[in-house]
Amino acid sequence: MKPRQPTALLAFALLVVFAVLLAPAAEAAKIGELTGNSVRDQALRFLTLRDPAVRYALAGSMLLGISCGLLGAFLVVRRLALVGDALSHAVLPGVAAGFLWSQTKDPFAIFVGAVIAGLLGTLVVEGIKQTTRLKEDAALGLVLAGFYAVGICMVTMIQRLPTGAKSGIDKFLFGQAAAIGPRDLQLMAVVAVLATATVLVFYKELLVASFDAAFARSIGYPVRVIHYSLMLLLAFSVVSALQAVGVVLVSAMLITPAAAAYLLTDRMHRMLLYAAVIGLVSGALGCFLSFLGSNLPTGPLMVLSGSALFTAAFLFASRHGVVTRWWNHRSSASRVRRENTLKTVYRILEDRKFHGEGVSLRELAERRRETIEDANRQARDLVRHGLATFHPADLCVLLTPVGRQRAIELVRNHRLWELYLTHAAHIPADHVHEDAERIEHVLGEDVVRELERRLNYADTDPHGRPIPTPNAIQAAGPVETTRRPPPGYGL
Amino acid sequence: MNLSTLIPTFDVQSVVIDPWTTDFSEKGWILLMGFLTSVACGWVGQHLLLRRMALMGDAISHSILPGLATAFLVASFLFGQRSESSHAARDSSVMLIGAIGAGWITTLLIGLIHRRSRIKQDAAIGIVFATLFAIGVVLITLFADHVDLDADCVLYGEIGFVPFQETLRAFGLTLGPVPVARMAVVTLLTVLATIFFYKELVISSFDAGLATSLGIHAPTVHLLLMGWLSVVVVSAFESVGAILVIAMLIVPGATAALIVSRLPSLFTLIVLHSAISSVAGLHLALWLDCSIAGAMVVAGCFLFTLAWATHALLRARDQRHLIAQPLPTPTPL
Repeated sequence: MKPRQPTALLAFALLVVFAVLLAPAAEAAKIGELTGNSVRDQALRFLTLRDPAVRYALAGSMLLGISCGLLGAFLVVRRLALVGDALSHAVLPGVAAGFLWSQTKDPFAIFVGAVIAGLLGTLVVEGIKQTTRLKEDAALGLVLAGFYAVGICMVTMIQRLPTGAKSGIDKFLFGQAAAIGPRDLQLMAVVAVLATATVLVFYKELLVASFDAAFARSIGYPVRVIHYSLMLLLAFSVVSALQAVGVVLVSAMLITPAAAAYLLTDRMHRMLLYAAVIGLVSGALGCFLSFLGSNLPTGPLMVLSGSALFTAAFLFASRHGVVTRWWNHRSSASRVRRENTLKTVYRILEDRKFHGEGVSLRELAERRRETIEDANRQARDLVRHGLATFHPADLCVLLTPVGRQRAIELVRNHRLWELYLTHAAHIPADHVHEDAERIEHVLGEDVVRELERRLNYADTDPHGRPIPTPNAIQAAGPVETTRRPPPGYGL
Repeated sequence: MNLSTLIPTFDVQSVVIDPWTTDFSEKGWILLMGFLTSVACGWVGQHLLLRRMALMGDAISHSILPGLATAFLVASFLFGQRSESSHAARDSSVMLIGAIGAGWITTLLIGLIHRRSRIKQDAAIGIVFATLFAIGVVLITLFADHVDLDADCVLYGEIGFVPFQETLRAFGLTLGPVPVARMAVVTLLTVLATIFFYKELVISSFDAGLATSLGIHAPTVHLLLMGWLSVVVVSAFESVGAILVIAMLIVPGATAALIVSRLPSLFTLIVLHSAISSVAGLHLALWLDCSIAGAMVVAGCFLFTLAWATHALLRARDQRHLIAQPLPTPTPL
């Protein structure tokens, strides 16, 4: 039951959030009255969580971060990211209708209206895609903008009403976390629990339906039901997040944490966990930042916190980060360069039948067809990695035992591979060098053993040069121990 | 609540007749602005639809906001506080620079995320435009004194204020409010560019490989199209806002695509759609007393729904027709 572990961890994390934030929120009013009089720094007020409004806002932001992150992960892996965008704009007429129905900013009425509008929006997208030849992008754009236009007309009509002017319905466009009340918080908690429970219980079904719908159908999963259940949950979490993030930017809370998590891991259950955590952190961070300024909107700041985390993941993720990959590429390129120098030193020694251990910079430069400066730089690089020592008096490098071992391995890899290509793949001997040049740096010990076995422990490569074996050379030791290169090879 | 307070009675005199008679000097400009915006957006949007990039319109229309905010900020720091006297030309050029810059940055950022990581294009679009839009909103809130933009106006535009903007006078003639004049130029250029570069645009839309073999550099065409999209969106921005402009980009083309399939007729139908939706939208808004730009889009969406219903009915009839005909019995060999 290995995959259960992280998801259990997630449930635990969620419980912790509840314990920490909901428990004090229950007796918020009392504590708020006690400390309300003293003038405090905004940040300190936020961090000490003395204000009930702060606690509501923070708890709400974190809960919405969790539910949006979890469900957004499914959107991102199913390439439905912009469905979240369309859905979040499409709820606006529902918000307005819910407001009209209940006459006040009753969270429940608005919730029901918005969920219905959101689901209607996804149905219309499906309908347009299935019955016309319009493509998905056009269908999404149509629903997004069409529903939004109806919503804007309704909102402007409501604002004209005597009851509507002070309703704060326009707060739904950009979000205001400070306006989160106890009923909003209850709604958010219910949605977060529902989303987490659904993901935990139906993890396998959601996973299979997301990655291989045809297979899911073939083993009898109701793929359409799963899809629309996901959309329903999504509508729930979008609507519960509206109060804090606003219609326009709630889609970012779905996409950004999940996309960051997608860069951090290859396993779905870890991605879910990371997405929930990143959502939580960006919610809390956005809430904190908006509290610092006087009338900073919460939604944009949450989105920006999420984007900052995404940027960090985009640049520094351990496997997929841009900087990480550039760094790995650079270090592997410099390793290849270093190993080539090492090989050259060995080849020079081999050509003079291992008379004299030292290889002068001039020899190195001539063999590699480079300037003395380049050869010098490469020799320094060898010294830095402990593969050789440099003797300034003679301007020559001397391989250390480690460097010698590595050089022999490289030459052996190269020649074994050449032999294998001519033997097993019947490639002419003059065509195998380039390929061996590349593979010599990456051949593992196991593969080398297997190559040796298949080639009957041959000791000569296709060009007639000996294939060295590290142990034999080590046993034989250097032929001559003088450091000086023989006459004619020095400077 | 009784709906009568919400939906006013339909007064023929004030809703249907007045805008064409006594109020025409004011409503005419709104109509013209709506029509021009819709045509320019519709024609550019049609190119996006052909390239299946309708949601790039979504992305760019959102990211125009930080572009405008930054441009206004820089301008106000460079030239000092904006005075009351007219700076129409300067404002226009500042807006254009900000918009084109924002459009190109968006395109490049989306491409960067999409190519340099395993994030898919749709998620990349979602991340980039939301981030830029959020930056824009924060900039506007922080520097409200320096930025001549208003968050509500961004969301649904103020097409109703168009007639009261300063008028443009040139060669001794009164040419009308500045936004309308600017939109007219943009629309004219859009139409001309589509006609003159028809071949390049269409070939690079349908077959980038063929375009390259004919010496048309498809990425350049793409970048130019995105730049022009930014220009159109920014000219429409003041009057219809960041989100309704997406509808103006997509709805006319999508409606036309349900009716005809040849490109020239598509472009003609887009003009017709724009005319009908702006007139119907104005009347709707006067009746319901709501956002005019919103109502114009609602009218356009109603036209789309009509076209879609007709399309679906015709399709159903064709299918019934096919089923009704008995399959030819296979002749034994």
